[in-house]
Amino acid sequence: MSGFGAGFVAGLMRAVVIIALLFGCWWLLVYLTGVPKFILPSPVLVLQRLWDLRSTLLHHTGVTFTEITLGLLLGVSMGLGFALSMVLFQPLRLWLLPLLLASQAIPVFALAPILVLWLGYGMASKVVMAALIIFFPVTMTCFDGLRHTHSGYLELARTLGASRARQLFSVRLPDALPSIASGLRMAVAVAPIGAIIGEWVGSGEGLGFYMLHANARMQVADMFAALMVLTFFSMTLYYSTDALLKRAIPWHCERT
Amino acid sequence: MAARGLDLEILCASLQFNGTREPVYQGLKLKLAAGEWTCLLGASGCGKSTLLRQLAGLIEPGHRDELVIAGGDEADITAQIAWMGQQDLLYPWLNVIDNVCLQQRLVQGRVDADYKARGIELLHSFGLEKNALQRPDSLSGGMRQRVALARTLLQDKPLVLMDEPFSALDAVNRHKLQNLAAEQLAGRTVLLVTHDPQEALRLGQQIVLFRESPARLEVLPGPVGEPPRPVAGLGTYQDQLLQTLGVGA
Repeated sequence: MSGFGAGFVAGLMRAVVIIALLFGCWWLLVYLTGVPKFILPSPVLVLQRLWDLRSTLLHHTGVTFTEITLGLLLGVSMGLGFALSMVLFQPLRLWLLPLLLASQAIPVFALAPILVLWLGYGMASKVVMAALIIFFPVTMTCFDGLRHTHSGYLELARTLGASRARQLFSVRLPDALPSIASGLRMAVAVAPIGAIIGEWVGSGEGLGFYMLHANARMQVADMFAALMVLTFFSMTLYYSTDALLKRAIPWHCERT
Repeated sequence: MAARGLDLEILCASLQFNGTREPVYQGLKLKLAAGEWTCLLGASGCGKSTLLRQLAGLIEPGHRDELVIAGGDEADITAQIAWMGQQDLLYPWLNVIDNVCLQQRLVQGRVDADYKARGIELLHSFGLEKNALQRPDSLSGGMRQRVALARTLLQDKPLVLMDEPFSALDAVNRHKLQNLAAEQLAGRTVLLVTHDPQEALRLGQQIVLFRESPARLEVLPGPVGEPPRPVAGLGTYQDQLLQTLGVGA
């Protein structure tokens, strides 16, 4: 078996063991304490509801997935654009940095009702919410990567006669890819939070909406089922992004 | 394709970094004969690499930087220079052949077939044709430095500035690379900064000592014979050179 295949199987086995252990502890806790199912349902009941509600959950997952994907696209493009602008036009940095810090200083929870008021109950407010929550980490990691280019690479490019634009796009940007990748990893881990917060504040569909709806009706097992889907979905998103980035930036290997 | 060497006379080179009281050097004069190797030798931190960086146009603006060249200005010179630094500076995101063809990639944004064919030809003469599509991180230190030398050669510039390019290599690889560089750069004007007297004696047709306090350049003739010279015949020269360096210390 190839190294990649063996690594994948080992990772899968590890995930199965961790999930089995978590479920085992959860089941044991419910069994030993006899806690009522409207406080903490057993994992067996949650899995049962997951199966029963599969089509409903699939629909809500699709909505949340679309919000997260669009939010990621918007947030990453904005972050990369901001970082490039700050590197290309240095005086602009002094104006953009306070704006950037302000975007991080205001809690997203505080912005959520306003965004719903402005953009409505539809998808737009959730997409903007997901984009806002990842905007700061993506911008800062890109910016850091772009301004800490190996000085030797830039000097070589200068002696070769590369223009400023070419230095940016053919030297600074590729050299910053490992930092940009860190920002992307952080973004895919955090973006679901933004979308779910948006759904909690005001929406008619999506996993966040479904959880709130189930909670209000004391259907805790349904809520846990939605939470389980969200966790699985977020982890898959993170690991697939991580695998893609490792393939795209093979020269940046891990050092432990 | 080999570019002809270039006569270069530095009438005055001065440099003082902002925030410092003393200049690194002031009023240095140096003449480089066309097609010859000049080796700049001196203690660490004396300013020899800085002089090379000044010639390559790598001093950041804002410092007191004066460079007067006979019959030309600084911009004319920087356009005719190929630079090879202490590190190989291979871009890790490009494969070997793309690194060799870096100049055209960075200036025109693309590499034409003819330029690439010349790059492959160079790799072939360096025994690296099988590695053309590999990434630099899969190569040994000696191979990486050969790729960097191929990149420098493909630029086809009459003046080559080399800043201790072999200092990170083991003795055997250093010797091989010195031979390869002498063979491939024959006919070009080369200014090599080194801290290794033996390297200067093997390669230099003119040896320049960079003296400190005050900074000045002292020109010595190189040993007899065409570079690369065998180490065996350099014993006496090396003793004399070490003595000269010791007296100046």
